[in-house]
Amino acid sequence: MIDALPLSVTLPLLGAFAVTVWPAHARALGLLAAVLTAASALTVTAAVWTEGVLRADLGGWGAPLGIALEADGLSAAFLSMANTVALAISVYAGGYFKRESARHFWPLWLLLWSALNGLFLAADLFNLYVTLELLGLSAAALGALTGTREAVAANLRYLLVGLLGSMSYLLGVALVYTAYGVLDIGLVAEAIEPGPVAWTAMTLMISGLILKAALFPMHFWLPPAHANAPAPVSAALSALVVKAAFYLVLRLWLDVFAPVLNEAAANLLGILGAAAVVWGSWRALRAERLKLLAAYSTVAQMGYLFIAFPLLAATPPGLARDNLLAAVVLLALTHGFAKAGFFLAAGMVQKTAGHDRIDELGGAAQALPAATFAIGLAGVALIGLPPSGTFLAKWMMLEQAMILGLWWWLVVMMIGTLLAAAYIFRVLSRAFNREPTPYRFVNDARTELPALLLGLIATFGLGIAAQPLWALLEQGAFG
Amino acid sequence: MIRPVEHILIPLGLIAVGALLGWSFFLAVTGEAGERLAAVALAHVPDSGVSNPVTSVLLNFRAYDTLLELAVLLTALLGIWSLGSADAGFQPAASVLEGMVAGFVPLLILSAGYMLWVGAYAPGGAFQAGALLGAAGVMLALAGHPNAGLPSEGRLRLLVALGVFVFATTGLLLMVVGDGFLTYPAGLAKWLILMIETAATLAIGATLAAAYLGGIPAAHPKTGETA
Amino acid sequence: MTNQVLFAQLLYGGSGILLILLGLWSFLVHAPLLRKLIAINVMGAGVFHILVAIAYRGIETPPDPVPHALVLTGIVVAVSATALALAFGKRLDQDADPG
Repeated sequence: MIDALPLSVTLPLLGAFAVTVWPAHARALGLLAAVLTAASALTVTAAVWTEGVLRADLGGWGAPLGIALEADGLSAAFLSMANTVALAISVYAGGYFKRESARHFWPLWLLLWSALNGLFLAADLFNLYVTLELLGLSAAALGALTGTREAVAANLRYLLVGLLGSMSYLLGVALVYTAYGVLDIGLVAEAIEPGPVAWTAMTLMISGLILKAALFPMHFWLPPAHANAPAPVSAALSALVVKAAFYLVLRLWLDVFAPVLNEAAANLLGILGAAAVVWGSWRALRAERLKLLAAYSTVAQMGYLFIAFPLLAATPPGLARDNLLAAVVLLALTHGFAKAGFFLAAGMVQKTAGHDRIDELGGAAQALPAATFAIGLAGVALIGLPPSGTFLAKWMMLEQAMILGLWWWLVVMMIGTLLAAAYIFRVLSRAFNREPTPYRFVNDARTELPALLLGLIATFGLGIAAQPLWALLEQGAFG
Repeated sequence: MIRPVEHILIPLGLIAVGALLGWSFFLAVTGEAGERLAAVALAHVPDSGVSNPVTSVLLNFRAYDTLLELAVLLTALLGIWSLGSADAGFQPAASVLEGMVAGFVPLLILSAGYMLWVGAYAPGGAFQAGALLGAAGVMLALAGHPNAGLPSEGRLRLLVALGVFVFATTGLLLMVVGDGFLTYPAGLAKWLILMIETAATLAIGATLAAAYLGGIPAAHPKTGETA
Repeated sequence: MTNQVLFAQLLYGGSGILLILLGLWSFLVHAPLLRKLIAINVMGAGVFHILVAIAYRGIETPPDPVPHALVLTGIVVAVSATALALAFGKRLDQDADPG
């Protein structure tokens, strides 16, 4: 019997073992592990699509004693995005890291990948704590790979903040176990009832996670950590790692704490999200470096995702709510592809130009048409222009906000969109100020094509082909 | 000088948080949870292959947690290695300390072996045993052995990743030929757990000692001991 | 649950909460890395305290093994994170005064 659920977590672990033991062949072994991991994770998504919710009881004990892995539509959607982006990052990293840094990159990267897949598939609250720590440690170690003082300091802060977040989460789990005596998400959801215990546990777990998701005003650690990491790592941190924390907030919100929720909590998350949109976009506009711009843009984009919570809370269950949820997931997925593409392309620019100061990008478009095109494509998705997935998602969120009469969220999203347009066009305008002498569209296929591909998926793929996502999400997630 | 945030706001906030936590904890403890998972876990201990309930949970019921935890340990060490090479090390110990170390290190290794074995039916197990091995390594490092008794880089890499490898491979093999990932067949459970625990003990001991060194050990070990 | 068991759980769990608050206070107030790291570990000890407290079910009854196992896992995770953070700190110190 071959079960793709445990495979998606253990294949990258075995890959990490292989590249640890044979560091001389890190790149070849790492790429092999990357392909196998992505294949097994995409198999999971395909199986959820056709067969519905998948569950694997590890050790054969089943809940409540054992730990299970579970894939429903929501986890399958995030899983497929994360693994596609991770595969693209792996291909890019194969060219980016040379001998010595490749030895350090590959094992940590595969461990991070394993943590991501484990997190999206986990069905046990304590197991989620372990995956969160695995994710936090590997992300901080990868972020410091450049070895510069700024990178080490920023990632040390990231590590400490992450540890504080995990502690808060773990305390919430301890309270849940004390009160309800189970750790399996499904069983906790059945047992939980409104009251101070459930409320405190929810506050602890969600505050820990929004610290990790860099929601305003807990975003302070993100820009330096993401901007100082090597390009492929920045892409992974911004596109996947913060998204994993958001996924978990959404999962807890929908599946575990549904009976406990109140509008005040949802509005608080929404207000913080709105502040993140405005502040993050503003700082992105003012940023002097391309990677810092991208990092602040991540703060803003995470804000949009949290604006969805008050809208969700105000929408009664039904088709409108399902559509709204799908729109939020679509927004998260599009940002994953777009931001990864943006960072990979920015890394290419930085490597070629020797710096990433936006004001001195003059002529980058002529020298690196494909990378600039990828930045432009990702920009389309970040702004939310049609036909990107963001456009569709924002449109549905705006529509729902208007139906509910919550027009102020609409204002925030408009402001954010305008600022995003401003910071993207600022980059693009700087990239095109030399006599047009384009000689080659693609300069380095291995590093440029993944960026380009991710940008294309974000702009055209998810927007035009969003329909299958609805079909996928019907598999148990919001039933 | 009284700084308002540090001396008034934070303490007041913490008192409020403490009151909330204390109240919730009181309600949670006095609530209806009752046995929690204790009864169900203790009832299944005889089927787990070991008679120590905690080892049953760690290596059988929730073995997947333990696998990921070994991955966390490996991640920390690889992260440390990525930051640079080890320190110069301490100067060699004088005869009294050296004599003491020479006496204690074998005892620690022996105790680690005992801890590993006893974990099947009494408190003990891979982590306690690994911690003792790590302590032996730290003791060697403090006495001036530059590599804390660890082997050279190539073999050390194998040693620290061994726990994850044996655990994950066992899990996958059981999935391919047996009933599911990490689902031990009835008769073999005891031996599979012992095998995984042995690998985990070596990996944990080596990882802890290597983490103490703070970087990849120098290429030429001066001593032949292995921890 | 007898009163004696309840009292023990509340006493030890309450001390756990106290440790968490002390750790959190220290984490927020003190800037140096080492203090923040110790603060996180004190908080962790508090959470583990709570888990050990709820595992206690009286002198004659065997304790709940699940929280014990969770604590063991948690300790190893905490040790790993502490080791990595210390290595980061050491690296920063080396950069601060070369040689």
